[in-house]
This record gives sequence, structure tokens and C-alpha cells, in this order.
Amino acid sequence: MKIDKEEIEYIANLSRIRLTEQERELFVHQLSSILSYIEKLNTLDTENVKPMAYTNKVSNVFREDELEPSISLPDVLINAPATKGCFFKVPKVIE
Amino acid sequence: MRLFEFTALQIKNKILSKEISVSDFIKNVFDRIKRVEPNIQAFITINEEEAIKKAIEIDRKIENKENVGLLAGLPIAVKDNICTKNLYTTCASKILKTFIPPYDAFVVKRLREEDAIIVGKTNLDEFAMGSSTENSSYKITRNPWNLECVPGGSSGGSAAAVAADFSLMALGSETGGSVRQPAALCGVVGIKPTYGRVSRYGLVAFGSSLDQVGTVSKDVRDAALLLGVIAGYDLHDSTSANVPVPDYLDRIDSGIDGLRIGIPKEYFTGSFNADVNKALKDALKIYERLGAQVVDISLPHTEYAVAVYYIVANAEASSNLARYDGVRYGHRTSKPSGIIDMYCRTRSEGFGNEVKRRIMLGNYALSSGYYDAYYLKASKVRNLIKNDFDAAFEKVDCIICPTSPVPAFKIGERANNPLEMYLSDIYTIPANLAGIPGISIPCGFSEEGLPIGMQILGKHFEEKKLLQIAYAFERETDFHVKKPVLKISSM
Repeated sequence: MKIDKEEIEYIANLSRIRLTEQERELFVHQLSSILSYIEKLNTLDTENVKPMAYTNKVSNVFREDELEPSISLPDVLINAPATKGCFFKVPKVIE
Repeated sequence: MRLFEFTALQIKNKILSKEISVSDFIKNVFDRIKRVEPNIQAFITINEEEAIKKAIEIDRKIENKENVGLLAGLPIAVKDNICTKNLYTTCASKILKTFIPPYDAFVVKRLREEDAIIVGKTNLDEFAMGSSTENSSYKITRNPWNLECVPGGSSGGSAAAVAADFSLMALGSETGGSVRQPAALCGVVGIKPTYGRVSRYGLVAFGSSLDQVGTVSKDVRDAALLLGVIAGYDLHDSTSANVPVPDYLDRIDSGIDGLRIGIPKEYFTGSFNADVNKALKDALKIYERLGAQVVDISLPHTEYAVAVYYIVANAEASSNLARYDGVRYGHRTSKPSGIIDMYCRTRSEGFGNEVKRRIMLGNYALSSGYYDAYYLKASKVRNLIKNDFDAAFEKVDCIICPTSPVPAFKIGERANNPLEMYLSDIYTIPANLAGIPGISIPCGFSEEGLPIGMQILGKHFEEKKLLQIAYAFERETDFHVKKPVLKISSM
């Protein structure tokens, strides 16, 4: 599987990552070689195999809807780069 | 023998019998750290002040004949992707350089409840993505057995800390072998518990269907002690298993007579390190002498495990790491021109190359048009890999194989080839994909004097049996008591 610069740019955008020209070159090469390795999965017939995400038998986990203390507001905000009052502050979202 | 060289259970006895005080022992440990850490670089944060305070508190409890916890006064190092209240948790990433968690992870809460002393936070590959600890944004940790070699990874700091006697035990985390592989490369014991055995609450998420907190210790009995403390059900992790936790130390010496050990033929083919091969063959002879029966088995889908893993783990990682956006915690870029610019620049500045590579690979595998070909396909093959183990465990009680195909490799040797680095986890990844438990114990040394690890894999929730099997071997050998001869520059 060969992946080109345009595709790299597309995935980088999906990932919200900006690449330098140098990084783009490097990733084209590295991701192509990783994806070629992964191609080997296509030699297996999985037509009648079910996909598996969790190895334990997990079903929905319910609990009673009871009030419980949560992390305090000052603690929630303490690591934020910018806050205003009881809010996280970010650049303008809607123009 | 110097105090810091004893095992956790030995020190526990000395503390409870008042042969030594916790404060004196902790001082002894920090002296050791100060003298040797500059050459090893196992820690990102050292927690000396809090540790000394805690030691005095436990000494007072013992003096007043109050009840003390199961880990009273025992120094433990914690991997820096496990949240510790009021103590930096960086994941070895620039993006979390300033992050101080407002809460403790479940496992850290358990350590504190049992009066353990947290000595520091250990180095790792950024966000646990790597097999050598070279991907840390802060420092390169060195293998105590040879300072030019990697300690393995991603829990390389935890394994090196225990091997260098900076702490009696440590917590690490696994997604594809990140406890067992560094334990093997540093000559210590590492457990990866069954998926769901230990709560993931407060473990910074990487691949949520694979992640598990694990233990690093000097011997098998200490591993049993620590696992017993951190295992158990937790309401805060909906994948945590509500299965009773046995006393792992009880009857750990029951022996292995009649045990059926499976040897997967797929693990012993191809280019295989001769020293590792010989150590494993010798280990199996010991097991046979102890009354075990060695049975050839097949795990036919082994060769697909690494490919499956790098789709599944990275797909999950791309989603989990979307939270680092510069809004609620961590790094934020300066003077962004808008919200999207803030996300992009924050993440580009904050993440290292390996993390970027994996997020991109994960997003690619999940993206429209590729989902079926990659993520769905990998999830199906994952099921085949689990079925391989289910079939094998109908014939045998456990599986034994090398933990790593090679002993510790040189720093820099694999750093420029991600795929080659990924293949160092070829023997550990299948257990994570299948959710089964595994333990790595020392089983020999290479010609260059580097430790070799042997891995024992078992059925879901059979950690107790694995510990018994591991202990039966450890009792017959002295690989686990050998110490690295540290050639340190600053005395």
C-alpha cells in the first residue's frame, strides 16, 4: 500500500496535526511501509468471522441513578490553560 | 547485602518486626536514587518530600500499634501515565508537561490505602507508545545491566527503577507488552493481568480494549503481593470485572506436578536469538524435571498479531488522544488565530513523532472508505487469534515462550525504523489481543550478560496459577537474585 503526500495531508487534517514538509516526507515513507506490512491480513479469509472488540463478556453496565459527589469546580479548572469564571476559555468558535 | 537490595516481602518483615524503621529505609532508598539515578534516568518526577512525610506517619502508626496496610512502608514507583493526585503525570509528553491530576487512579488509591510509599513517577515512551522508552519527550532511560542498552518499553522507567533498586516494586501499564518486555530486558518480574482484572480508572487511555495496569517486582512472591492489592472490581471502569480476587500468595508453593505446558511452534521459528533459545530450552528441562509435561501446540494466527495490533491499538489511540486539544488541560499554543488553528498548533507542538504517526495511522484505518479494509478486518482477525488461545487451552494449562525475541538492544539501534521496533513485541502482543494474563520472569543471561525473560501465558483470570508456575521455576533457579554491576560515573 503506497500512500501519497495528498493522503498524508488529508489524514493529518483529520488528526488536527500540521506537518512540516520534512515530516510529510518522512511519514509518506514510514506509513507506506507500515501499511504494506499490514496488507498481510488480506491473505486471510474472514468472510464468516465475527469482529471482536472486547475479550470479556461485557454487556451494558447499569447503576442506580443516584447523586454522588464529583470533582470540585476549582479542581476541574485547575489545569486549564485559560479560564473565565467557571468556564474554559477558548478562541472565538462562531464567526 | 545492602538494605535496598532486599525484596518487598523481606523488607515488610523487617519493618513489622521493628528491625528497621520506615524512615531509615526510605532515606536509604533515596540515597541510592541520588547516587545512581543520574546514570539510569528512570524517573521523570521524584517524590521525596511526600515520601519522607508518609514514612514518618507509618512509623508512628507502627509505634502506636495501629493497624497498617499490606504494603506498609514499601517504596513503589509509578509509571507516569497513571494519575497521582497533586503529583505531575506527564505521560512523557510535552502536551502534559504541566498536568497535575486532581484525583488518584484506582490503583494509586489502592497503594495509598495499603500504606505504600510512592517514590516517584517513572519514564516511558510518550503515551506508552514504544518498546524502548526512547520515545520519551524528557529523557532516555538506560538499562542497569548495560548503560548503552535500552531498558525496553514502554514501562522502561519502572523496570529500570526496580532493577537498579530505586524502589522495591513498580506499577507499569500494558497495551501490547509494555510491562512484560521491559521486565524481561531488565531481569525483573512483570505481570500483565487479564483484561478487566485491574481497573483502568486513572490510567491515561491509549488502546482502551487492550490497556491494563501491570506490576514490576524483584521476584514472583512480591508480584503476588502487589497484584493482590491492585486487582478487583471498580465501579469507575465499566470494563472492570466483578470477579473475586484470590489470595495470590496463599499456596504459591504448591508445585506443578502434572502441569501441561504448551509450546507454540510458531514462536520458535524464524530468526531466533540463540541465547534466548537456549535459555528457554533449559527452562523447559527444569519444568520437566519438576513433573510438568511439555506439549507441542499451534497458534496458527500468530504471524498476523502485530498487524492486527497496529490497527486496533492505533485506531483506539487516535480517538483517545483527540482529547488533547489545549482546552481543559495541558499545553496550548500561543496566540492562535482561531479554534481550529489552536487545536492543530497545540497538537503539532505537543506530540512527538511516534504519537503523530500512530494517531494518523489510526485515523486512516477508521476513515471513510478504509474502515472495512483495516479496522473491521483487524477486529475479525483478532477474534481468530483469541480462538487460537481458546483451542490451545483445551489441551494445556499454560503456554511458555520467550518474552522478547532478543535481549536488550542498543540505544538508537531501532529508533529510525518504526516497523522493526513494532516487531519487538511479537511475542507479547497476542496476549493483549486475546485479553489473557501473562507473566515474564528471568530465565537466563545472554553471552554479553544481559537478562533473558520467559513468558508464561494462561487462561482468563488464572493469574494465581501463573504465579504458582512461575514460583516453581524461580525456587529452582537464581537468575532473579543476580544484580547488575553498575558502572556509575558519579559516586
